[in-house]
Amino acid sequence: MSAVLDVVLSSAFLAAVLRVSTPYLLAAFGGLVAERAGVSNIALEGQMLSAACTGALVAGYSGSVALGALCGVGVATLLGLLLAALRLELGADVIIAGIGLNLLASGGTAYAVFTLLDDKGGTSGLKSGSLPAVPLPGIDSIPLLGDVISGQNMVTWLAFLTAPVIAWLFYRARFGFHLRAVGEMPDAAASVGIPVRRVQYTGLALSGALAGLAGVFLSMGYVSFFVRDMTAGRGFIALAAVFLGGLRPWGVFLAALGFGAAEALAVQLGTLDVPPQLVSTIPYAMTLVALAVYAWRRRRQAGVEVAASV
Amino acid sequence: MHKAWERSGPAIGARAVTKTYGNGVRAVRGVDLDVPVGEIRAIVGENGAGKSTLMKMFYGLEQPSSGEVLVGGRPRVLGGPASAIGLGVGMVHQNLMLVPSFTVAQNVVLGVEPGRRGRVDLKAAAETTARLAEESGLAVDPNARVDEVSVGMRQRTEILKVLHRGARVLILDEPTAVLTPQETEDLFAAVRRLRDGGMTVLFISHKLREVREISDRVSVMRAGSLVGTVDTSDATERSLAAMMVGRDLSLDVDRAPARRTGVALQVRDVQYAAPTGQSLDGIGFDVAAGEIVGLAGIEGNGQTELAEILAGLRRPTSGAIRVGGTGTAGLDVAGHRRAGIGYVPEDRLRNGAALDESIADNLVVDRHDRAPLARRGLLRPRAVRAHAEQLIEDYAIRTPDASVPVRALSGGNMQKVIVARELSAAPRLLIASQVTRGVDIGAMRFMYERLGAARDAGAGVLLISADLTELLALADRLLVIKDGRLVARFDDTSGLTEKRVGLYMLGVERHDHDHITTGLEEVDAV
Repeated sequence: MSAVLDVVLSSAFLAAVLRVSTPYLLAAFGGLVAERAGVSNIALEGQMLSAACTGALVAGYSGSVALGALCGVGVATLLGLLLAALRLELGADVIIAGIGLNLLASGGTAYAVFTLLDDKGGTSGLKSGSLPAVPLPGIDSIPLLGDVISGQNMVTWLAFLTAPVIAWLFYRARFGFHLRAVGEMPDAAASVGIPVRRVQYTGLALSGALAGLAGVFLSMGYVSFFVRDMTAGRGFIALAAVFLGGLRPWGVFLAALGFGAAEALAVQLGTLDVPPQLVSTIPYAMTLVALAVYAWRRRRQAGVEVAASV
Repeated sequence: MHKAWERSGPAIGARAVTKTYGNGVRAVRGVDLDVPVGEIRAIVGENGAGKSTLMKMFYGLEQPSSGEVLVGGRPRVLGGPASAIGLGVGMVHQNLMLVPSFTVAQNVVLGVEPGRRGRVDLKAAAETTARLAEESGLAVDPNARVDEVSVGMRQRTEILKVLHRGARVLILDEPTAVLTPQETEDLFAAVRRLRDGGMTVLFISHKLREVREISDRVSVMRAGSLVGTVDTSDATERSLAAMMVGRDLSLDVDRAPARRTGVALQVRDVQYAAPTGQSLDGIGFDVAAGEIVGLAGIEGNGQTELAEILAGLRRPTSGAIRVGGTGTAGLDVAGHRRAGIGYVPEDRLRNGAALDESIADNLVVDRHDRAPLARRGLLRPRAVRAHAEQLIEDYAIRTPDASVPVRALSGGNMQKVIVARELSAAPRLLIASQVTRGVDIGAMRFMYERLGAARDAGAGVLLISADLTELLALADRLLVIKDGRLVARFDDTSGLTEKRVGLYMLGVERHDHDHITTGLEEVDAV
């Protein structure tokens, strides 16, 4: 047990939490924006995966990490717009459309990688580089704090900056004001002349872009190559964080950070003498427990009591 | 303020406006209308007469198929609400268009928020709202969340929203449907003040008494056409009703005194701790077989909870309920129905019918497992159809066929399907919640007759309604509920006025406990 405590209390673990939380934070904020716009983005997972793959491939072939990242985010944004179009123009069920996009992303990325590199596993054969880390001169010499926050990837910084930005956007900016109105009462928004669809398209594009940034981080920050299905359910866990966080920016922030910590713990415990299969279930088990707690609390708050049949 | 307005001509009007929908339905046919500046014009008509469609065209939500809409003296093309708002037309919808989690002030400024460069200045929003409320006499709390304020304040918020956009034409769609008599009076006072300040008001309603009270002139629509416009001072409720339906029709109900023949329902000291919504405290009353007992109250004071407890959808925390002498404790919903309870729920779209299923299927949901509709566990489609056709005829449900999904019916016909199902089960006690909400005058008249007939045939009826006119017209006795308690009991409704009942609804007056429980026999909890 003390070995576990040593791991958890080390600065390396705290640094890992920040790093591992990055994709959860970005994807969860993506999910939050879509949810508050009134269109659930079930396709976060596929958007992340497509961005991760596109980023690694474009960076590898062009030699430009920046171009790779940009293209990755761009593809995910387009997928966000595609989901919006399927829902808003064609009236597709948003869950089914989202699942479709996820399957398309999973198969499409594997196919693209195999076609281009003749490799079924990933792009490890391609040298694509990664987005730069940000050392903090001065701070990096401070014990503990320096170890934890200096040298984190630039995307991690962006992810943590996203929280206050989203909070400001939602509650202080005109766009967020309109977005929340559209998501909560589309008829009310339309009746005062707010262009409901345009707001929803913008929200879904932003949602896709955030998921894309999360995906780009996985293949160009966390590691420097793409692996088939490397998102490993993070998009769905992020979706859980959206609801666990009560659809509020800081709540979602804490929930995503919690899931990040769970995964970091799993990674760190992997170095100890614990069965790795068991350890790797921690983030998923925690998601289940968290959702059960959330459902239980909600039912206590707002449950309508209906007499059970005798 | 609006430079686009001409100096003369109608504030709002229509020239030969026709609206044909994609499915071929002609909702509005060749309507000509002129409403001068500073007039309160009532537009009345039955459901489906085209009032709403016409208003939607004035507000840019629909575009006329042919003809022209006039605003500020000139023909205009209204591409959407934004262009209508830009020309000074504002609308308060029947279903209030407010964002529940926003504050009153945030709702008032939504779409035209103060603040620079993409930001919203919430302080300025609250100040603007407070100032507008002060000027117009529409009292609101700018910083309260909309889902936590009364329906009346929500409606005032809607009107402030319209005023904030500098409207010169105010369209009010059935604004009094959800208000108490006192709130209605306050609304009318505010509307008159706005008119005196130069506002033109279109007042959509089917409550003719209110129309006579508030409007300067009345335009009557029937089947998509404008049948006529009269000065309110020349109109009577009867003459307007005749114009609306095209024949002489009154809502006055001839009532013989109730012939009470025993007890249908006994409720004793029912307590209910609601997880959300209104809890109930010490509810006790009787409904005799052969009488209609009305339950009045501002919505949300426990009517829904009480109705659902009686129907078996919720369980009371304590207390006794007997239907025709049988205790209902421990019975499930089907058991309640077997004990003789019929239930017309207040929200028919959600709880009354399976909207996507056929009329025939909806009519058998409580009896599909019994002969003659089923034999040896299998449905007999022919019997189901025959059963439906019989009820469609008996209850004058207007539909081409029994296989039509309920969703395709008008509000009145949808309600007839539910009432047909509940009454044809010959209940000992019928719980009828908001039975005429949103139905037209013809269907209303029909419901009144059917409830009266059920009473005369010996059923007990508990009539729960937000419409005091209806309660006073139908109920033999009247109870008033406030904050989950009964606060008044009138054993004789003759000579009772809406205003007087309103005082009890608001809690200004109340009967003492002994008066409310007088004459109730003791009942053992079963």
